[in-house]
Amino acid sequence: MEWTLDWYLSLSAVLFTIGALGVLLRRNAIVVFMSIELMLNAVNITLVAFSRALGDAAGQMLVFFVMAVAAAEAAVGLAIVIALFRKKETVDLTRFNLFRF
Amino acid sequence: MVSQLFFFFFAAVAIASGIGLIVSRSPVSGALWLVLNLCCVAALYVTMNARFIGVAQILVYAGAIMVLFLFVIMLLNLAALPKLQSIDWKRAVAFLLGMVILAQLTYVLAGSLDLLPEPTLSDAASGSASALGRELLTRYALPMEVTGILLLVATIGAVLLARRSSNKR
Repeated sequence: MEWTLDWYLSLSAVLFTIGALGVLLRRNAIVVFMSIELMLNAVNITLVAFSRALGDAAGQMLVFFVMAVAAAEAAVGLAIVIALFRKKETVDLTRFNLFRF
Repeated sequence: MVSQLFFFFFAAVAIASGIGLIVSRSPVSGALWLVLNLCCVAALYVTMNARFIGVAQILVYAGAIMVLFLFVIMLLNLAALPKLQSIDWKRAVAFLLGMVILAQLTYVLAGSLDLLPEPTLSDAASGSASALGRELLTRYALPMEVTGILLLVATIGAVLLARRSSNKR
């Protein structure tokens, strides 16, 4: 019943890649946000795995702070999506060109 | 051995639901895939003896953040949301009874097979709520306060951003 760090790191890499692909491929702003949450979770898995491997609680503390920042990011990001939707009536990211001049 | 099976099962479901998130057409089903993914990640935390983190994962992510996502999707009324169907009570009761039987069987099996990894003393100490809380309020007290301010600022910012501007006619 041995516990191996490598598997958890591989799983984390795969999940992070899926999240990055979601950010790059999807055009719906909300799905892009959810992909970002997926990437944050992949990083959290890495932190907890190293915390377990090194016998140090610092990694798990960091996961707490990542969760708090993720909550703040989701709230502000979704508020921005709502504001953009009021302005443009869409959440398609290719339709936003507010910074173009 | 059993804990390895646990890992592979939850890892496979997590990867599959992650792929489901990025290929699903409607954002609502994407959000539900992500909920499944977050629950699997919480189970993986438990296999690493980070039990309190696992509970916090379900409460914060699968509970709060995903409700926020679904709420915004409903608010924006993206595409055509699937129509609500009236609940078939016979099926609901059957589902509930099936879940009860599954829970009973799992409980008995978990007791006899010790499905969860047996925590060594240091592991159990490092992942428990009391140990994490002690660290949080001693060594990480300042970051925790800063996090509180961050959450407050994010709340105010979100309200200000999403507020319908009143001076617009």
